[in-house]
Amino acid sequence: MSAYAATDDHDHNYINWEKGFWSWWMSIDHKRIGLMYLGTMLMFFAIGGFFALLVRIELFTPGETIMGAADYNTAFTLHGVVMIFLFIVPGIPATLGNFLLPLMIGAKDVAFPRLNRLSYWLYVLSGGVAVLAIVFRLDTGWTFYAPYSVQNSTAVVAATTAAFLGGFASILTGVNFLVTIHNMRAPGMHWGRLPLFVWTLYATAILQVVATPVIGITLLLLILENVFGLGVFDPDLGGDPVLFEHMFWFYSHPVVYIMILPAMGIVSEIIPVFSRKPIFGYRAIVYASVGIAAISFLVWGHHMFVAGMANLTRYIFSFLTFFVAVPTAVKVFNWISTLYKGSVTWDSPMLYALSFVFLFLIAGCTGIHLATLSTDAHYHDTYFVVAHFHYTIQGGAVIGLLGGLHFWFSKMFGRMYNEKLAKVGWLFLFIGFNGAFLPMFILGMEGMPRRYFDYPVEFTTLHQMATIGAFVNGLGYLFVFGNLGYAVFRGKKAGTNPYESLSLEWQTPSPPAHDNWETIPIVTDWTYGYGKPEDDESHAGH
Amino acid sequence: MFDLFTSMPEQAATWSADVDWLNDLITNLSVFFTVTLTGAMIYLGVKYRKKSEDQEVAYITHNAMLETVWTVVPTIICAVMFVYGIISYKEMRTPPSSAIEINVDAYSWRWDFTYPGGKKSTNTLVVPLGQPIRLIMTSHDVIHSFFIPAMRVKEDVYQGNYSYLWFEPIKLGEFHIFCAEYCGLQHSAMIGKVKVVTQEEYEDYLVDRKAGDAPQLSPAEAGKVLYTEKTCNTCHSLDGSQTLGPSFKGLFASKERKLADGTVVPIDENYIRESILQPQAKMVEGFSPIMPAFEGQLSEEDIANLIAYLKTL
Repeated sequence: MSAYAATDDHDHNYINWEKGFWSWWMSIDHKRIGLMYLGTMLMFFAIGGFFALLVRIELFTPGETIMGAADYNTAFTLHGVVMIFLFIVPGIPATLGNFLLPLMIGAKDVAFPRLNRLSYWLYVLSGGVAVLAIVFRLDTGWTFYAPYSVQNSTAVVAATTAAFLGGFASILTGVNFLVTIHNMRAPGMHWGRLPLFVWTLYATAILQVVATPVIGITLLLLILENVFGLGVFDPDLGGDPVLFEHMFWFYSHPVVYIMILPAMGIVSEIIPVFSRKPIFGYRAIVYASVGIAAISFLVWGHHMFVAGMANLTRYIFSFLTFFVAVPTAVKVFNWISTLYKGSVTWDSPMLYALSFVFLFLIAGCTGIHLATLSTDAHYHDTYFVVAHFHYTIQGGAVIGLLGGLHFWFSKMFGRMYNEKLAKVGWLFLFIGFNGAFLPMFILGMEGMPRRYFDYPVEFTTLHQMATIGAFVNGLGYLFVFGNLGYAVFRGKKAGTNPYESLSLEWQTPSPPAHDNWETIPIVTDWTYGYGKPEDDESHAGH
Repeated sequence: MFDLFTSMPEQAATWSADVDWLNDLITNLSVFFTVTLTGAMIYLGVKYRKKSEDQEVAYITHNAMLETVWTVVPTIICAVMFVYGIISYKEMRTPPSSAIEINVDAYSWRWDFTYPGGKKSTNTLVVPLGQPIRLIMTSHDVIHSFFIPAMRVKEDVYQGNYSYLWFEPIKLGEFHIFCAEYCGLQHSAMIGKVKVVTQEEYEDYLVDRKAGDAPQLSPAEAGKVLYTEKTCNTCHSLDGSQTLGPSFKGLFASKERKLADGTVVPIDENYIRESILQPQAKMVEGFSPIMPAFEGQLSEEDIANLIAYLKTL
């Protein structure tokens, strides 16, 4: 069925091409870099998850449960810093993006393979420096708000240096992807045929390149303030703490879309394959992706609705924030419509994709509560925000990443995981996740502020539900990664294209050869032509 | 409104019910859309599940009409929500001029309150039922956030300027005050309570003083002393005559002030504060920049007292 001649030579692939640690560390192969990113990132995911469970155990009862306030503050801070800067910021682009982008557009590698390697090295260095923040017990929260962060210097300098280095890795990935997508598409792979995952990587890359330097500058100023007493943010030194908030959120709002957009791309890839239908409204999804990226630059002020801003500023930011909801809603409608009159199979990647839609609906709807000024005055800095954020990032970005990992697993490793166990793992995750975070919406409604070591007794029951949910959630992750980890080495051999996808990456052998293609493929049709009638003359998405 | 899906605290302020109504509206719409769309997704996924290897599928790529509708409808819903949000919020941001003004000083980790008569309290804010209360808040260290769930209000508190909040209690009783901005070790212990009492109890509370306490000056009285002690009087008259500096007569009543560069600024606590500490930052039209800066020479309390005094002129 392959339209693109690729040798099914399983003896030679990117994994066994060269052996030994050094051959991986020095590799400039985008697939190896993607895999190394994945391994390192999952290690930090485990560390971040460990801190999350510590937090949840501590909150099981009011007052001290297993640790004091100082340890608790360190635990929730490190959970945030590790999960954000070392796991989900590199996230999907650095892992699946690196692995798949050149394969999906018919290129032999990214535009700057050495820069790609440098990006990974910087990320590892960033992780190493971040360990210092753990050792020195950072307790500022992942947001590093000044002036509190100006009084805690060793750990703050370590953590911000780590985030700064990670930011560079992110910028390099973004630049690399932009140039790759512009210049290295195979003949015939024009913009209207580009897979939607690539489109979302493109929108993400713009955000990475434009927004990340701002956090770099901000964190550098914070380091200078800590080390040399430069007075930019601390009022005692003549600085302005609100300036820090503006600069911090100018990056940290768009970064949420760096996390979530590629997950939307993955969902847009999975649903058509498992429905045997073209994605509904290809162009609308493209415009929505780029639109979300553009609007995301203009809404950072909603993180500061109660930060003493002028009324007019609050109105404007509220207005703009509402309009992120529109392109997001459009995407949801498109995904659901794709199922209509299809031939749907509920394999594990599809379970992840469809549960992404459900969880993201909750995340999006609760965003409305927070965009509305009068309700936000109540919800700001409460557990409602914690729940909303985790629905977006764990329910969105992480579930998307897992969907992608299951979907492309056989392509990456040439083996297949146990499908039944994958479904069981998904079920644990789904139940545990909702069990952990639905009660937090209620806690927020009732007024429970976030980052509290201790809490009034009336919140106890909901906290205990959340803690139990969190453990089921954690169990789900053990299950899922146990299943996948086993399959990396022992899984059944998989064919080249088990899901009969039309997308280019599936036309290579599994695992792909070291340099992807013997000859660069020539693309003659769009990616989603499932069930296309013989007489249909159009060859691009609508 | 139908509120099965929400769980808000007691409604202790005039607008609590309005905020909750809007919150119910948004929540009900959210539940409706989430359930309907997820239901549709599961229905389609089951109805069109793969039943045979050669199952017929329809080649549908897009539908301009449908896509326009589902772009426009969410846009309208969002616009309506935005307007609702603004309407109820505008009230929250517009304190009546009759409001009782109480100063709030945030420290890691406590809240200090100073009432108009000079009475002070820590962590317990006593307010009379049915009276608008305006809080003028500043921090003495890191960022804090003043949050009363029952009143549905919250505002961050910074060192170096004032932030404001107001509410009108409609229910007697005690309600939580939380610090909502992470402020270090004892962040979760920085909690207090609002005690809403009757007008009489409030008045008794303000004069309640332990025997032997020195007679207390109100903030405005203390400010009056500072006015001469710090020689404000040499340049700022009280009778409207313009000498070296603008007169203080009717300062707060005039609401706005025209600056030398032509801009007009509102006269509020932050403006006065800045003009005391850094007089050259906003020069009033027609005056020379000759006033010395009082940065570092006045305590937070002095500044608050001076402002309280200026409001009486």
